Amino acid sequence: MTTNGSGFFGRLNWDAFPITGLIQNPNTNEIVANTAAAIVIVGVIVVVGSLTWFRLWGLLWRDWLTSADHKKIGIMYIVFAIVMLARGVLEGVVMRAQQAAGPGDGFLEAEHFAELFSTHGTIMIFFVAVPFVFGLANFLIPLMIGARDVAFPVMNQISLGLTVSAGMMLMVSLVVGEFSTGGWTAYPPYTGAAFNPGVGPDYWIWAIVVSGVGTTLTGINFAVTIYKLRAPGMKFMRLPMYCWTIICSSILIVFAMPPLGVAALMLAADRYLDFHFFTNDLGGNMMNYANMFWLFGHPEVYLLVLPAYGIYSEVFATFSAKRLYGYNSLVIATMSIAVLSFTVWLHHFFTMGQSALINAVFGIATMLIAIPTGVKVYDWMATLFRGRIRFSVPMLYGLSFLMLFVIGGLSGVILANPTVDYQVHNTLFLVAHFHNVLLPGVLFGLLAGYNYWFPKAFGFRLNEFWGRVSVALWTGGFMLTFLPLYFVGLMGMPRRSFSWEDPSFHPYMIVAVVGALIILAALLSVVVQLWVSIRDREKARVPVGDPWDAHTLEWSIPAPPPSYNFAIIPHVTDRDNFAAAKERGNAYPSPDAYEDISVPLNTGIGFSLCVLSGVWMFALVWWIWWLAALVTIFMLATFIAWTFKAETERVIPAEEVRKQHEAWLDLVHSSTPVDRDHETAPENRGLARPDLEAVT
Amino acid sequence: MKRAPTHSYPGLNLGRRHASADKASEVVTFGFWVFLMSDLVYFGLMFAIYITMIDAQAGGPGPHELFDLKSIFAQTLILLTSSLTVGLAMLALKYNLPRWRIVFWFFVTLVLGLSFLVLEIRDFMSMAAKGGIPQRSGFLSAFYGLVPLHGLHVTAGCIWLIVLGIQLRIFGLTDLLMSRVVRLALFWHFLDLIWIGIITIVYFGGLTYG
Amino acid sequence: MDKRSEMHRRERRRYVIGYGGSLLLTFAVFGIAYRYGIETKGVYLAISLLGLAQLIVQLVYFLHIDRRRSSREDLDLILFSTMVLLIIILGTVWIMGNLAVRMHTFPM
Repeated sequence: MTTNGSGFFGRLNWDAFPITGLIQNPNTNEIVANTAAAIVIVGVIVVVGSLTWFRLWGLLWRDWLTSADHKKIGIMYIVFAIVMLARGVLEGVVMRAQQAAGPGDGFLEAEHFAELFSTHGTIMIFFVAVPFVFGLANFLIPLMIGARDVAFPVMNQISLGLTVSAGMMLMVSLVVGEFSTGGWTAYPPYTGAAFNPGVGPDYWIWAIVVSGVGTTLTGINFAVTIYKLRAPGMKFMRLPMYCWTIICSSILIVFAMPPLGVAALMLAADRYLDFHFFTNDLGGNMMNYANMFWLFGHPEVYLLVLPAYGIYSEVFATFSAKRLYGYNSLVIATMSIAVLSFTVWLHHFFTMGQSALINAVFGIATMLIAIPTGVKVYDWMATLFRGRIRFSVPMLYGLSFLMLFVIGGLSGVILANPTVDYQVHNTLFLVAHFHNVLLPGVLFGLLAGYNYWFPKAFGFRLNEFWGRVSVALWTGGFMLTFLPLYFVGLMGMPRRSFSWEDPSFHPYMIVAVVGALIILAALLSVVVQLWVSIRDREKARVPVGDPWDAHTLEWSIPAPPPSYNFAIIPHVTDRDNFAAAKERGNAYPSPDAYEDISVPLNTGIGFSLCVLSGVWMFALVWWIWWLAALVTIFMLATFIAWTFKAETERVIPAEEVRKQHEAWLDLVHSSTPVDRDHETAPENRGLARPDLEAVT
Repeated sequence: MKRAPTHSYPGLNLGRRHASADKASEVVTFGFWVFLMSDLVYFGLMFAIYITMIDAQAGGPGPHELFDLKSIFAQTLILLTSSLTVGLAMLALKYNLPRWRIVFWFFVTLVLGLSFLVLEIRDFMSMAAKGGIPQRSGFLSAFYGLVPLHGLHVTAGCIWLIVLGIQLRIFGLTDLLMSRVVRLALFWHFLDLIWIGIITIVYFGGLTYG
Repeated sequence: MDKRSEMHRRERRRYVIGYGGSLLLTFAVFGIAYRYGIETKGVYLAISLLGLAQLIVQLVYFLHIDRRRSSREDLDLILFSTMVLLIIILGTVWIMGNLAVRMHTFPM
């Protein structure tokens, strides 16, 4: 790659395209790289082609891309997350295959392998976990707290736009140039200009900065939404557990994203302007980077896992037909974890060279987190205890989580001990540990939430059989892939190595690649489940909206919900308000009067900023300065022009609300309630027959 | 347990006279506070980095050769006065004084903000003339990472003043614009607070420990 | 109308007091620096304390942060942010300072 950037297109030239490499030097490595690029290109052609063929552009633009409706934004986040998940899983499989092909060098070049683990980590954290978590939150939070939208609907759209454009940069890096080889943490000086003058680290930097801005705005949005827009009567201690976890997550975002932004921008200053924050010479100090990165990195893992805890809390309560056990202790535990997560960042670099005292302090702080987490596990088990448990898909994910997550958590406590950490630092033991908390913890939680709330979003249930198949495949695949890594880690196999020599690792590597293939099958089974469910949707419709006999407000409205969510804003009198209303027998009251409702108008600002920020990042990565300057001005102008817009809301007249709501109420009264034994049968139309004997 | 207050926003608010604007701005103002706190963490980290890098001068020019306290003193007075004038603009809005009073105080604030920037840039230029450029050492990188970041915020504030001034002229005192005035005032006071940190830690701290 | 202009005067006085206080503290800080030089830690301690006082004056008189109302969500927010900020800054200085001592890059 040439680094001469004087031309009209900066340093962009034909060498940047992988096909050039394939022509010049055809080998397995180049074939894999070109296949990846081809998948991206074909994917784009297929999407654009089918949108054109089915004449969906107008629909897409009007109903989705310009919508400021939190429900649609949430769904778009999740679609984006699943697309990125597919890429992340594929990369994982290729990496496992590379290591299983040993001993020796496998079929990939070292650089290519390094790109794989860098994109895999970056994608899974920033473009799968974060958008999936906040996609669900987007859809659910206003429904759960009895609000008509989030506090800042347009800002919400902008957040989505920035996250997506940053994710697209990772896709672009497959086709034009290459991605960073510095891991998802991108430690300098390796990622500095002296050792890595190419475009890779720049792709990483700008993707992180832009998605970081988007995520920060999301955090602000949800903190304010939950703080300010709760329905009358919904005191803090009546919030569903999931809302508590999202408010804690949002606070973590607000305070933990800035360190990442600072670190990435300083790295950019080093690379672009020859500053000396992290260089080897002239007073730079790369340890400052490690410190700042983990100031972000540790709260980050909790901001991902807390919402998953929230999802499990809702799922365990609903499918045990019980109230959540120990609500107060769960709230306190959640908040403790959120605060403690700011005090443990050093455990990611115990081996940096600071004194034993500092290591001991942070080691102890880390172990402390096990206490509130343990409280949570016991609360969930107590929720299950003597409940009337239904083994439906979300519950199965939950049970799988309970067992596997404890293993992951305990390996974390082991790692929290600095002396042990010195032994296993940078080995596959660590990789096993964090996959063990992130897969069963975060991913299974998100999939449980996806299965649980899907009928609310689309009005029909997901296929139960394929759901079970996917739980089995995810669980089995996870265990086969990652549990062996604990052993090879203890045997001393370093992480991120494209080649290894010790033959005793081989059997473990073989098991792990088999597991990776099962994970791939698990991903496919999720797609098949969606496909089958859409095909058979007529048999699974739940228009009344409460298929699982659930407890919280979002189930008290139609499925899918109308754009204004609640025809009448509910008055909350109980923690499980909807369950309490069902017990009292007035879950579906007919209101006396209806009112006009304002909902946010469609706007193109999010989409414009998405496109502009994408071009901006691309220009900066390739040193196309004139374009970067132009787009900067354009973005500012777009934003300022938008502030001149006076009309931001449209009004839905009371009469229309009345018509829709009464039609739904008629449906409620004409439907036959089903009991819990038949909730997966076609006669479940979303009206639950409360099963109160089971509640003790 | 705390409930969202129904009365006007505590702290900076628009008063009972503009009850509808006040109610609408309550959520936005709180959101803006949260944003400012996030921004505060940005600055806090830059301060922390500066502290860890005070000694990383790598043989280049240090605080004693570079910092010009007289100019810093002038900048401090200017910024402080602008904080007063932006407050007076807020009061003019709150007590329904004629619109030109608001615009007048905006204008004074803008002039003060711009003169602050001119002085700051002049400082940077004289530092650069003495070899104090960010490429010279880790210490100077940290300095130029932090102080111009504040300057950039002041620039953003100036642009905001201009845009808001134009909008007030076009649309008059709508609820939305009034709530923007509140947020602009908050933002401007916030920058003043950061500046106190900068003189204490960057300039005096640098001179003491550098 | 009278009551309103009375309130207006009072609020304006508040700003002017804040401005006067800040001005005084600024003069004190630069005066000390001018009079005693900025070499010793004692002088720096005085300067930092005056800086802290200045922060509080501005928070109270310009940003109207005080404890008069019972529901002070912005005060809660500021206190929480201050806590996080202190953890971050003091932690960083502690870790990086200790590391520097052990690496012999600067004496402390």
